[in-house]
Amino acid sequence: MILVKRPGRGTTATLDILLVEDDQAHAELIIRCLENHPLDNRIHHLSDGEAALEYLIPKAGGAGNRPNVILLDLRLPKIDGLEVLKQIRATESLDGIPVIVLSTSKDEADVKKAYAHHVNSYLVKPLDFATFTKLLDDVGYYWLQWNHFPGRILGGGP
Amino acid sequence: MNGEPLTILFVEDNPDHAELVMRSFEDHRVANQILHLADGETAVDYLLRRGKYSDPETSPRPHVILLDLRLPKVDGIEILRIIRETEEYRTIPVVILTTSHAEMDVSRAYQYHANSYLVKPLDFEKFTKLMDDLGFYWLGWNHYPWPQGS
Repeated sequence: MILVKRPGRGTTATLDILLVEDDQAHAELIIRCLENHPLDNRIHHLSDGEAALEYLIPKAGGAGNRPNVILLDLRLPKIDGLEVLKQIRATESLDGIPVIVLSTSKDEADVKKAYAHHVNSYLVKPLDFATFTKLLDDVGYYWLQWNHFPGRILGGGP
Repeated sequence: MNGEPLTILFVEDNPDHAELVMRSFEDHRVANQILHLADGETAVDYLLRRGKYSDPETSPRPHVILLDLRLPKVDGIEILRIIRETEEYRTIPVVILTTSHAEMDVSRAYQYHANSYLVKPLDFEKFTKLMDDLGFYWLGWNHYPWPQGS
């Protein structure tokens, strides 16, 4: 069976995307734009930072989830997005997963901290609907069509 | 979207691929500065500001680095490692653009915090489309951890 369907997908026919976003309207727009872009993707949506860490981080006797890519808002209830990013980067089972920040903040301190914690890309939500839709379309092409994702990285990291 | 010009460092030894990439950048985004280096050793000299690259005025810190993996003299992964270990550069987005889709290369690149990993399509039209999408994304949408246009 040939699983390779298009350039960036490797042998993954369906991508698992974790979306962490507390704004319901933004979440709906993101899901609508990305879930069929252009093949089926599985989007798991969570609305706060605590739920995201519970979903991702393995607990004693169980495994955490390992999505292919994470879309992360910064201003989140319970646990802030930067803290979620920091904990993702400190968790071995989540090594190498691309995390894309999608936030309303273009505050320089937020951008710097996100990159210091190895965010893969930092995007600012456009205020108007048409531009936001265009951004999501380009995110879909770039990350879901072209980018190659790592499998589980084994062995000691740098 | 970003309005300021960005500096792109592009490390690629294959002259055909280099020309294609340079042309695609020039077609669409005139204001950006793209610096092409053809081997790994030159890239390291640039990044460590050695020899003719010692002046930060003429050899500015790039906003984003487009990096091939199979390079003469110094391998792409080694360059990535140097970038991540150099304080001035450790947060620069690095996009791998290579012919290799070997799982080992992908994993190692992300292990050294590559921001994205792209495989060059064999087909010319697809390559052009990839360059377009790459340009829209990294030169249009992405925000960088320091002021642009400086």
